Amino acid sequence: MAPLSRFKKTSAKTLKLFLMVAVTFLGLLLITFLIGRVVPIDPVLAVVGDKASQEVYDRARIAMGLDLPLWKQFFIYLGSVLRGNFGTSVLTAKPVLEDILRVFPATMELAFFATLFGIFVGIPLGVISAVKRGGFLDHISRVVGLLGYSLPIFWLALLALMIFYAKLDWLPGPGRIDIFYEGIVSPVTGFLLVDSVLAGEWEIFRNAFYHLIMPATLLGYFSMAYISRMTRSFMIEQLRQEYILTARVKGVAEWKVIWGHAFGNCAIPLITVVALSFGSLLEGSVLTETIFAWPGLGLYLTNSLLNADMNAVLGSTIVVGSIFLGVNIFSDFLYKVFDPRAR
Amino acid sequence: MTDKTLTYSSKKEWLLTDTPASAFQAAAGRTYLGLLEFIKNRLAVVGLLIIVALVSIAIFAPFIAPFDPLLTNLSQRLLPLSSAHFFGTDEVGRDIFSRVVWGSRLTLYVIGLVAIIAAPVGIIVGTASGYFGGFIDTVLMRITDSFLAFPKLILALAFVAALGPGIENAIIAIAITSWPPYARIARGETITIRNSDFIRAIRLQGAGPIRIIIGHVMPLCLSSLIVRVTLDMAGIIITAAGLGFLGLGAQPPSPEWGAMTSSGRAYILDHWWLITMPGMAIFIVSLAFNLLGDGLREVLDPKSDH
Repeated sequence: MAPLSRFKKTSAKTLKLFLMVAVTFLGLLLITFLIGRVVPIDPVLAVVGDKASQEVYDRARIAMGLDLPLWKQFFIYLGSVLRGNFGTSVLTAKPVLEDILRVFPATMELAFFATLFGIFVGIPLGVISAVKRGGFLDHISRVVGLLGYSLPIFWLALLALMIFYAKLDWLPGPGRIDIFYEGIVSPVTGFLLVDSVLAGEWEIFRNAFYHLIMPATLLGYFSMAYISRMTRSFMIEQLRQEYILTARVKGVAEWKVIWGHAFGNCAIPLITVVALSFGSLLEGSVLTETIFAWPGLGLYLTNSLLNADMNAVLGSTIVVGSIFLGVNIFSDFLYKVFDPRAR
Repeated sequence: MTDKTLTYSSKKEWLLTDTPASAFQAAAGRTYLGLLEFIKNRLAVVGLLIIVALVSIAIFAPFIAPFDPLLTNLSQRLLPLSSAHFFGTDEVGRDIFSRVVWGSRLTLYVIGLVAIIAAPVGIIVGTASGYFGGFIDTVLMRITDSFLAFPKLILALAFVAALGPGIENAIIAIAITSWPPYARIARGETITIRNSDFIRAIRLQGAGPIRIIIGHVMPLCLSSLIVRVTLDMAGIIITAAGLGFLGLGAQPPSPEWGAMTSSGRAYILDHWWLITMPGMAIFIVSLAFNLLGDGLREVLDPKSDH
């Protein structure tokens, strides 16, 4: 193919992808907009109070733009969301975006270590199960996967707290850090592990790290289950190929055949899998953070839900939805760019 | 007919013949082979048995549960497991075993209704999208994608926040978040079916699109959909329990397993059975659906790898 026509084809494809993403994102915002409209609470009444006269009520209604047709309201909503204005939280009396930015690093810290756990346990487990099919580790990985789909995360988290904190006292309880360490380190990045290092407070770093172990491992267990199952099936697919046979016949060392040849060809789809599992961590973090009193986005969402703070709920939903969508597109893109078979 | 039955020496041979005489015989033979395949998968049979047990427990709950699930008795609070209270008692003296037994009804209610709402919506959207293609396909698939852009639990939470807590609203919210994958599957199947010769033949005979979709496309989408819905049941149970746990699903004092786990949280230090028993019930039932789903997948959808 001539380079120019190929360029044209690629750019047309990129444009199409971009349009698709834009429309999906618009749909995402439309869904949150409509959720905001089906609330049984009258938003005007919530502002003016039920003792207000009809005149006051009508004025507030017009001021809030609720007399406009629905599609106009949607465009106004769209405009403010795109400018990062999610409204004010009833609970904290601060802009929702400011709240989200403050709590987000805690969730990222948790999700990062959970993903690390998922990768460093899940990938070797998946590779070994594929190489030794039907072996002991293959059975283990099957059970791990099955449990990952069947265990409610909140129950597992409570059991872990009960055993490792209450009974054995090996690990600290809920929270990001022990109470007497709280507020010592000034939040520079919001990541407690980074901030404590920047401040040179190693004791706090250690404490924060211990607090991270249990929630991150639990959350990571579910990623690990998914990553190991996918690694296994990718590896089985690769090990069946003839080039593996060729390499073995040539006398290439077995570890090199497995980790170099076969695993090398699984790397790209695996990045996709890791990205997708990162997206689903955001979901698991809601319940995990609630149980571990972890002051991240999940806990913020739960608290807003229980207080019917709709601006905060919808703001967090949009943020999580956008990240999830972004991760999906990123992995899709990666797959298309680096895997010649997908072109 | 007598000579025909004579040619088959046994029922088994009638089922396994290469030249079935009727559509019924062919279907019976296929079902028989499927059953043989399914029974080979021991774990899937275990899953099926657990689900049958769950349904029986739900039906006969009044006879199985020794106590009223809502009856509080403060002199009997926080009792450990005993022969009178198999799973102990909770913080207000209710018998946990009886509550878990009655909770099975709520679980079945949730998964039943979600499946009844979400599966038809998914199959209608998917088959219409796949069959008509073009503009309809683009619009329907962009809507589907928009719903898939949220993690399921997060979207369900937002819906429940808007609709208000309660088990019915939780069911609606879960159903709204469950249909898009079904639409995707039905669409994929429809696209492969759409261009096959038998559909062309039907079209030439003058059948309209709705008739073709309902009569000929939908039945062929069913098997992969059944597999997916069964596998999804576990996720639905866990999501519903999660909503209950957060206080957004079934409301106290109803014996919903997630809500029970949540109310037992405060007693976790000295009274382990409060959270362990209802959580175990959630785990066993969702495990059973996963095992059954895996087994069904091997029988009904052998192409997909796992």
